[in-house]
Amino acid sequence: MSLSRRGFLQAGLAVGGGLAVGVFPDVAVAAPNLASFMPSAFLRITADDLIHFVVARVEMGQGTTTMHAQLLAEELEVDPATMVIELAPNDRRFDNPAMNMQLTGGSTSTAVSWNPYREAGALARELLISAASKTWGVPRSECIARGGAIVHAPTKRELRYGALAELAASMSAPRVEPKKKDFKVIGQPVPRVDAHLKVTGQAQFGIDVQVPGAKVAVLVRSPVPGGTVDSFDDTEAKKLGGVAHVVKVSRGVAVVGDTYFHARRAAAALQVKWNDGPLANFDSASFAKTQLEAVRGEGGKRVKNVGDAPAQVKRASTVIEAEYAAPFLAHAPMEPQNATAWVRDDAVEVWAPTQGPMMAAEQIARHFGVPQTSVTVHQTFLGGGFGRRIAQDYILEAVEVSKAIRGPVKLVWSREDDMRHSPYRPAAMHRVRGALDASGNPLAWHHRVATQSILSSVLPDFVGGALPGGLHWLHGVVTSLGASAIGTRDPTSFEGIDSLPYELPHLAVDFVPVEPGVPVMFWRSVGHSHTAFATESFIDELAHAAKKDPFEFRRGLLMKQHRHRWVLELAAEKIGWTTPPPEGVGRGIAVHKSFESYTAAAVEVRVQDDAIKVERVVIAVDCGRVVNPDLVKAQLESAVIFGLSATLKQRITFAQGRVQQSNFHDYPPLRLNETPRIETFIRENEAEPTGVGEPGVPVIAPAVANAVFALTGKRHRSLPLGVS
Amino acid sequence: MVKFTLNGVAREVDAPPDMPLLWVIRDVLQLTGTKFGCGMALCGACTVHLNGQATRSCVLPVSAVEGQQVRTIEGLASGEQLHPCQRAWKELSVPQCGYCQSGQLMQASSMLAQTPAPTDEDIDTQMSGNLCRCGTYPRIRAAIHRAADIAKEENIDLKAAIAAEPTK
Repeated sequence: MSLSRRGFLQAGLAVGGGLAVGVFPDVAVAAPNLASFMPSAFLRITADDLIHFVVARVEMGQGTTTMHAQLLAEELEVDPATMVIELAPNDRRFDNPAMNMQLTGGSTSTAVSWNPYREAGALARELLISAASKTWGVPRSECIARGGAIVHAPTKRELRYGALAELAASMSAPRVEPKKKDFKVIGQPVPRVDAHLKVTGQAQFGIDVQVPGAKVAVLVRSPVPGGTVDSFDDTEAKKLGGVAHVVKVSRGVAVVGDTYFHARRAAAALQVKWNDGPLANFDSASFAKTQLEAVRGEGGKRVKNVGDAPAQVKRASTVIEAEYAAPFLAHAPMEPQNATAWVRDDAVEVWAPTQGPMMAAEQIARHFGVPQTSVTVHQTFLGGGFGRRIAQDYILEAVEVSKAIRGPVKLVWSREDDMRHSPYRPAAMHRVRGALDASGNPLAWHHRVATQSILSSVLPDFVGGALPGGLHWLHGVVTSLGASAIGTRDPTSFEGIDSLPYELPHLAVDFVPVEPGVPVMFWRSVGHSHTAFATESFIDELAHAAKKDPFEFRRGLLMKQHRHRWVLELAAEKIGWTTPPPEGVGRGIAVHKSFESYTAAAVEVRVQDDAIKVERVVIAVDCGRVVNPDLVKAQLESAVIFGLSATLKQRITFAQGRVQQSNFHDYPPLRLNETPRIETFIRENEAEPTGVGEPGVPVIAPAVANAVFALTGKRHRSLPLGVS
Repeated sequence: MVKFTLNGVAREVDAPPDMPLLWVIRDVLQLTGTKFGCGMALCGACTVHLNGQATRSCVLPVSAVEGQQVRTIEGLASGEQLHPCQRAWKELSVPQCGYCQSGQLMQASSMLAQTPAPTDEDIDTQMSGNLCRCGTYPRIRAAIHRAADIAKEENIDLKAAIAAEPTK
């Protein structure tokens, strides 16, 4: 995925002097700031000898700052640690070419930046060489780049990049392809370039933004998500000190105070009558029954069909059936949702932790009827994302409050707000029927999944985010056309099932959309987070039915799927699959492809009084070429722990439209003392790099469930495992 | 008016006595390294030192720190000299999103002052109140051991490293 094949690389004079290099998407977009000449695209070298690099993909922990620094540093011949991090504002030049919008998600960052950032580094280097060659009056061929300077080897003269930057901006240089081998920085476990900021408290997250004069707002929200204010009484609230405004807004009543404490204290004294809205009678337990009826019925759409699985299942002698359930889940990033907004007569300025700065700008323009060119979204570090901050709801809230009070405001959600009013990973139900042939090989697999379409829910925002600025009038048309088309065929609802890697002659996948109207969103690994639980549990059930070893059974069916097989074999080898586990320990294994990367996990568990204790997780990935093995390992460790939290502990439930969880005591992430020994392995190869933020998550739940079965003979088919 | 010492500097704050220390630090004194995570002492993101002891500032009324010594992440290093925990955290690339790490570091540095050579069990006991949604726990564990080693190798007194300085 090369951006440069779709765009063009340009160099020029940076604002404030120096050399700027960027790659611009080759699309005729009438977007903000495109007319002005690249103030800070990708890379800027200034006269004070600083190399500023602009991170096009947001940093939410996954390591984009370090990865991007490495790509540039490789070609620029500098130490990545010396570069200055800048976070990209809303600007079409920072569109994610995999999506045609400025979005960080889908584990795409390394893949989409791999070429353009290296090309930008190479162009800057060649221009600096040209500048040095002109300055010294020597041939370019005698100049080399080394350690942030151009060196003239024959005379041992040296000029720092900073000294050459301004001249370089006016030079031309031959186009040089980025290196294909002999990497010095790429492939190295370079320490995180954002670590110093983050261990000294200096990293600025959204919630840390201080705009002079800004008040702090909190929202009093309907007990039922989507409910509206009927009436409110602020008499008591206004008697408390430090309260500046109490205003009704679309999603509740905003209480604006001097500090979060003042606003929250007054909010507690506010009396509000609510209209509960359409979710008033929603109950997740009955919804699970609805989903169960849906997968047991005949409805839905066949989204994949090879051979005739249903007919084979009907007539086979050995048929295995199983139903798997996955609950709603909250993302629960550590930084509560927040945004600072300042609506002025001619401009809207926002500071926020968001995975989609341009989506924020577009939605602000659409909802408040202002030109998108008047909206600036300043990016900050994100205190976790996991998909949650693709929704821009908290930003729109801050803008609405700022507009109402005619001044700058920082809107901060409580943890309870986040747990109860966020979009969730949709609940899902699977029914799988499989048939084995006489020798125990899988013959047919008929898989039905009932869940809520994420894409139809987020479509209006995505259409807006991808539309060029001048084409907003298209929004309604595309959205209404798209909603009906996408709702029934949303690939995020069945991804991973339709690409089942195992060799078998008959496969049918049916998707039954069930739409309760709960706000839903991409959640780290999206559909794979529940589909792999079903597919990798079921293949295990088939193995046991065939009386075969679960690892060997999978391996035998993956002879044509080399990358699946390689990671599977690696995980099995590292956990010592062929030697018996310790006394009282069960082993399970799972393999899955997501976001173009291949992952396998092998785990060891103990079970005591029905409590599952995961003692050891071995996880192996093949994500193509690795830019930073330590970042890959960190993402795998992260995915294991994120996955175990959902496997063993977390769920969001509704009773009469009210979310029953509220904070970390009843939606508990794994804690340090519960964290098993984690061993991470990379199966290296030279394929184009692919993502690692998400692909570690899907294999965790099935590997644990399979291990519990191996130990106890009890098959858990509902997440979180063993929690009823 | 509440008077206390923050990172070695005498402070006088006009705030309601029941206002949690967290919001005094963040919203009144505008030191934002200390984080808000849950508001119920469930996650540890707001951890600061109160007279050297790790304390959850989100549930601690500011009136309780009258005349006391408070240290935040901004005061963990001694000038340019990072605390061994901060050095180990950088060396092992512990932070991911980084939001919880101020609290993790304040908790870990307080533990090391009491237990300069902690076992894994000590770390389990002392660090399990601090949540990390990115799952940096394995590296936190390794970095605490590493910080202990750094202090031992370089003869750094981990108790003195976080002891009260003369108030400026």
